Amino acid sequence: MPVPAATTPQRNQRNPRNPRHQPEPGSLVLLCLAAWAIPGAGHLWLGRRSKGVILLIALPLMFGIGLMLHGRLFPFTMAEPLVGLAAVANLCSGLVYFLAGLFGAGAGNVRAVTYEIGNTFLIVAGLLNLLVILDVYDVALGRK
Amino acid sequence: MHSQFALLVLFAFFVSLVFAVIARDDPKAQLRFGALVLGAFVAAAIVLGWLMYPFPL
Repeated sequence: MPVPAATTPQRNQRNPRNPRHQPEPGSLVLLCLAAWAIPGAGHLWLGRRSKGVILLIALPLMFGIGLMLHGRLFPFTMAEPLVGLAAVANLCSGLVYFLAGLFGAGAGNVRAVTYEIGNTFLIVAGLLNLLVILDVYDVALGRK
Repeated sequence: MHSQFALLVLFAFFVSLVFAVIARDDPKAQLRFGALVLGAFVAAAIVLGWLMYPFPL
């Protein structure tokens, strides 16, 4: 019995939406800044609307849940390196980090049962946004 | 919400959602990959939980 040719998609086929090109460094920096400030904005900028909208909803929601669970936004101190790293991860969440500070949220309640879980949500929301920024960078360079 | 397990599933949901959105382009592939990552997260947590069960705090 003859096997139909090319029943599986070609893995190495170049994505026609993303021809490899070199964007200007300035626009690349702006793109990454937008992706940092507003999670999903970078994908929206590049025309990946559904991805952008999902990230725009999911990451701030995760950050908000972390705050609701009495998580803490860590201060920048290198006296305790892990606290400093957690602060950097918090900062990666973008503008919501500053909004939370503006409204006095993120003080944390160490006596709350969910304190550590809240911290985990806040830190991981920032780290995921960092991953999203790297993805935007790759997409902008035509690697994806 | 104070259920540790519910919060674990919620956390795993968000992480797998972002992983799936980043790693795959096709919606069907995103759904499949996201479900796989979510299942792996929850299964790993349950297995690790039981492995830690004999150890006192």
